[in-house]
Amino acid sequence: MSGAAAPADWPADIFHALKAANIRIVSYVPDAGHAKLIRLCEADPEIRTVPLTTEEEGIGLAAGAWLGGERAALLMQSSGVGNCINTLSLLESCRLPFLMLVTRRGEWAEFNPWQVPMGQRAMAAVDLMGVTVYPLTEAASAGETVAAAARLAFDGGAPVAVFISQRLIGAKSFAEDAA
Amino acid sequence: MTAAMATAMASGVGLDRRKVVAELLANRGDLLVVAGLGSPVWDCAAVGDHPLNFYLWGAMGSAITIGLGLALAQPKRRVLVITGDGEMLMGLGALATVAVQKPENLAVVVLDNEHYAETGMQKTHTAFGVDIAAIAKAAGFPATMTVKDESGLARLCQQVGGAPGPILGQVKISAAHVPLVLPPRDGAYVKSRFRDALLGAPNP
Repeated sequence: MSGAAAPADWPADIFHALKAANIRIVSYVPDAGHAKLIRLCEADPEIRTVPLTTEEEGIGLAAGAWLGGERAALLMQSSGVGNCINTLSLLESCRLPFLMLVTRRGEWAEFNPWQVPMGQRAMAAVDLMGVTVYPLTEAASAGETVAAAARLAFDGGAPVAVFISQRLIGAKSFAEDAA
Repeated sequence: MTAAMATAMASGVGLDRRKVVAELLANRGDLLVVAGLGSPVWDCAAVGDHPLNFYLWGAMGSAITIGLGLALAQPKRRVLVITGDGEMLMGLGALATVAVQKPENLAVVVLDNEHYAETGMQKTHTAFGVDIAAIAKAAGFPATMTVKDESGLARLCQQVGGAPGPILGQVKISAAHVPLVLPPRDGAYVKSRFRDALLGAPNP
């Protein structure tokens, strides 16, 4: 990790916010920025973690969970947003609640040019599809941001995406990890 | 498959899709049903609209993942996804996702006419030999079958009714045209009706 200092344990704060919102299913295509949150979810006997082969699977999964009376959240990095676009139409067509947590790439001190096109446009892309965007740029506000997003999603009946700044995660470098 | 066989399929050889779906749903009990985009939606509607049917008029490729979410949320209920070969092909990766979760209460039936029936009868990959049941088996589904006749359909209906899943049955059906039977297309209505019937109304 490098870049800005992270005064708060923001992945743990997000985890506790998901727990408090009664999220029982957490699906993901992994990102290094979600690694700790995924580990916390896997270690929790009340949460079912579902690894996906592609991000849009998590939209159907969340819709099915809601039909069955459970709440799900979907974790991905911003490159996965593009895979979701048409499937997001399910949410508006059926007026479904939905919560996705997106770690940003191609944003703060990105070293990989291939991450830039989708990373720069991911927030606009979900906005275009009717998903409310909550940017998260300060580690200290992670818990309250995810709690507010979950409330808007499941009580307010809206699709919501929290975009977690690369600044929280720390910019990668070639020396650390080329992925 | 040879060209002659493909022609035979298109001309009506293979099980009647409406009869297949009618048999699958004949004794549905408290079965929860997800119908994938296109003809399977009309097939389910032809059997009779039901509050515990969830119809997909879009979001192609999502029928199986909606079934998975439902199966995980309702582990004591049987969940049946009825979809087509084209819709299933768009979400093949989800077979791996389902296999990892191993939901015992989930069955997936792929009505395989080897064509995109809604868009001009273009051939799907199954017309060229892609075997969805074999893919599901390789992914780790404990029970898979390819159904080509009445006796196979009877076995599939038994499995859907109670065998430990996840199950995938690929049913070779006729590509012959059948009349449209349309269920409600308001997704918000169908969703709320489904939740009310399953969870009791009003639900949070």
